[in-house]
Amino acid sequence: MEEQKSRIAIIAAHGTLDAAYPPLILATAAAAMDMEATIFFTFYGLNILKKGNADKLKVAPIANPAMPIPIPNIIGMLPGMTFAATAMMNSWMEKANVAKLSELIDIAIESDVKMVACQMTMDVMGIKREELIDGIQIGGAATFLEFASKNAITLTF
Amino acid sequence: MNADQVLDCSGMSCPMPILKTKKAIDALQTGQILHMISTDAGSIPDVDAWAKKTGNEVLSSEAKDGKFVFFIKKLK
Repeated sequence: MEEQKSRIAIIAAHGTLDAAYPPLILATAAAAMDMEATIFFTFYGLNILKKGNADKLKVAPIANPAMPIPIPNIIGMLPGMTFAATAMMNSWMEKANVAKLSELIDIAIESDVKMVACQMTMDVMGIKREELIDGIQIGGAATFLEFASKNAITLTF
Repeated sequence: MNADQVLDCSGMSCPMPILKTKKAIDALQTGQILHMISTDAGSIPDVDAWAKKTGNEVLSSEAKDGKFVFFIKKLK
């Protein structure tokens, strides 16, 4: 019997700009290393799969003490600060030549990374299949667990 | 060293050098050599790790004129 290929099973539960990168970078790198990869998008992670939304994700400076440029919360909460922090982070990404999220998503799908949208979250948040991009599947906890149960690195972001 | 293919990943950041390398190696025949150039310092350990995992061979990896130059042989 053939040995199960290495797998990486990732749960993407957050939809901010900074939290969307790790799942996509790891899954695409894993696929390039002949590993089977699945990303299970749940809760706010579904934002990453919404049509036209991947490059519009945001990062807030408030309650984010690890931001490279420290901003006091009382300033961070002001209108326009999330926009500014997001623009700043995006400009650093561009300067460092980091691929856009939409590009990484395309590469992931092209490399046979399984992109699974959580059915339950879609029901909870009223998100319809048509709102999500092509090239994905819908699934539930058991779908994720079956994949993760065999020779898999499992990570949550 | 003679290479069958040159892949210039200058300016690309992780994970792109590895993704492009994989694609380039897939297009080669077993035994052929890929000459890959990168400006990402992380690619030195990454190329080694990638080759180890995929069963290919890094013939040489060195820093040269501010770039990182790899010769990778397709073994499978």
